[in-house]
Amino acid sequence: MDKKKLQIALYWGAACGGCDVAVLDTNEFILDVAAACDIRMWPIAADGKYKDIEAMADGELDLAIFNGAIRTSENEHIAKLLRKKSKTMVAFGSCAHLGGIPAMANQFNKEEIFEKAYLKNPSIQEGNAAVPTPHTRVEAGELEIPVFYKRVYKLDDIVDVDYYLPGCPPAPEQVKAVLKLIVSGGPLPAKGSVVGASDRALCDDCQRKKEEKMVKQFHRPWQILQDPERCLMEQGILCAGSATRSGCGVRCPNSNMPCRGCYGPLPGVVDQGAKILSAVSSIIDSKDPAEIEKILEGIQDITGYAYRFGMAASLLQRSVR
Amino acid sequence: MGFEPRIVGFLCNWCSYTGADLAGTSRIKYQPNVSVIRVMCSARIDPTFVLKALATGADGVIVCGCHPGDCHYSEGNYKTMRRFPLLKKMLKDFGVEEDRVRLEWVSASEGQRFSEVINEMTDKVRALGPSRIRISLDADKVER
Repeated sequence: MDKKKLQIALYWGAACGGCDVAVLDTNEFILDVAAACDIRMWPIAADGKYKDIEAMADGELDLAIFNGAIRTSENEHIAKLLRKKSKTMVAFGSCAHLGGIPAMANQFNKEEIFEKAYLKNPSIQEGNAAVPTPHTRVEAGELEIPVFYKRVYKLDDIVDVDYYLPGCPPAPEQVKAVLKLIVSGGPLPAKGSVVGASDRALCDDCQRKKEEKMVKQFHRPWQILQDPERCLMEQGILCAGSATRSGCGVRCPNSNMPCRGCYGPLPGVVDQGAKILSAVSSIIDSKDPAEIEKILEGIQDITGYAYRFGMAASLLQRSVR
Repeated sequence: MGFEPRIVGFLCNWCSYTGADLAGTSRIKYQPNVSVIRVMCSARIDPTFVLKALATGADGVIVCGCHPGDCHYSEGNYKTMRRFPLLKKMLKDFGVEEDRVRLEWVSASEGQRFSEVINEMTDKVRALGPSRIRISLDADKVER
């Protein structure tokens, strides 16, 4: 351990691994990070065991970068451990920031999820269905796996978070900018800030032509031939851009796909999904309740759409069915 | 004593709030379970307000605006008419029973109708029992 170097750890909770890849997507810049920092733990790319972290003094790490949501007792344990051992903690990516894709499971309860994944899944062989249990007796002794929680939490439901770096995954340029700032030891923004993102809506940065937004029908992106120059909402394709923070470089609309909302709510917004819902309904071109119902049938899953990334950060947070 | 629901009512200033006022000045009795919040237009009801009311302990939410065609701002209530069915679809996914959230058009002259709407809403929510949302959110903080 080199005392002069920054001591950092990167960790993943309930996540897909894309956030770690986003860090690696900074290409050769990661070598500068490695030169300036001691990477004490990074499960995807470097060694470092839980017991090494446990053996550290409190606050020994300068920085912990945590991606992924909190789904299991293991996620919670490591989040709390890293918080204790680090001076600064960053929620990295949509899952740590808002719950992300894993939090969409909050529409269902634990029993429904287990039934779908472990009991009724078509890939399970007859007689092989089994639900994970935290403790299992086998001949060699007792096996232990983490407890699967009733619902998904975002990182700051569990521990105090200093900064939020949004995105699914965060854009590599933004990751680089944030890492550069940390490595350079420059003055850091106020605690609780969203970093590596803009304070404007994605629509403000989107170059598509915007005119009158009123539609008689909603389409899924594959159902129509879209005009690549024109606002997607005006073409009846749901786009979360008006209710989403910019900073990603308008990657999705520039690739002819609607914004999915991964950079989270704009400053001051309490519930991103409510704003997306509001934006979508405002473009319906009808004053007749029956026709409005019919137009709304073109929206397959408003809840999954409005809360694709923000379910755990929403006002209702989970289904109470 | 049995369960008494807490209902939040968002009433538009020009029609529904005046209608509620008329119910009052006409001494029409209705159940006292609704806490009224006056807003300038039903279109002012951001879905956030409805969600926040539910998340912080309301057992039901009722939104009242001018009848279609009668909006003081000409088109505000049409925006509510478009927004509300989508919000109701979403609330269903969150496990919120249909009768807990309601949209009604009440004009300034419909004091009688206002009292009927409130009585009906209160009876339905009372029959549903307490909302589980706030209770579940509190429980989630303790028991994972």
